[in-house]
Amino acid sequence: MPQDWLFGLVGGGIIGLAGSVYLLVNGRIMGASGIIGGLVDGSARETGRERAAFLAGLVLVPGLAVLLTGGADTHLTGNLAVVAAAGLLVGLGTRLANGCTSGHGVCGISRLSLRGIVATVFYILAGGLTVVFFRHLLGVI
Amino acid sequence: MRDLFAFLAGGLFGVGLLISGMTDTTKVQGWLDVFGNWDPTLAFVMGGAIVPMAAAWAFARGRRPALGGAFPPAPEPRLGRNLVIGSVLFGAGWGLAGLCPGPAIASATWGGVGGAVFLLAMAGGMWGAPPLRARLAEVEQPA
Repeated sequence: MPQDWLFGLVGGGIIGLAGSVYLLVNGRIMGASGIIGGLVDGSARETGRERAAFLAGLVLVPGLAVLLTGGADTHLTGNLAVVAAAGLLVGLGTRLANGCTSGHGVCGISRLSLRGIVATVFYILAGGLTVVFFRHLLGVI
Repeated sequence: MRDLFAFLAGGLFGVGLLISGMTDTTKVQGWLDVFGNWDPTLAFVMGGAIVPMAAAWAFARGRRPALGGAFPPAPEPRLGRNLVIGSVLFGAGWGLAGLCPGPAIASATWGGVGGAVFLLAMAGGMWGAPPLRARLAEVEQPA
């Protein structure tokens, strides 16, 4: 759709607002991989409930919005082997790098963090090469 | 109170991801696919999110979080092997499926079996990261 960029800009603004609330009110960086990762590997300790509340909002609120507006589709590939490999890489990679698109990308770049900028350059380059290789050369995705 | 605002922030984040199209893997892979039908949406999402976030960081300077505690310390200046290797692995997975952690969690209720498989695999990867991270940090220590 031609107005996709506008939805992108507005949705992005809401993401920035969410990150601002989490920073200015709770004093925390809104990084999706860090918030869930700390729960998964047990390193969260006393911040566990706050993380769980964030994740509950992240699942329930858009879930309700989709329910009310009549559905959405992630258009995820049906190849479950690819999906599993991708999930494994995303989980491992974001925890090694200590951040993903929200933590390094949105929250890091916005405070000119060198780590955030370098991480973003590397994951976009790797993502681009992966799509070129697996889509245009192998035709798997 | 902390939990309430965490829920609110998570909810806003999810709605932003949904509206911006980032829970649609075709838009993410479209952004990464520079040799295909390139989709610039992700750049607008990033730009739209970074501007208010930069304002929040500026506002935070010299203040305290509204609910007490302290703001995160200044960003760590050292890059390190973990950051680069981790980001490359993450980028590869992101390109393969078109999902990163935020949208993967946000779409849990409508992502179907594939979405659940992705989330389980992601949790597995996260669970396996700390030992590897320690190992890589060890290798990195100068002799």
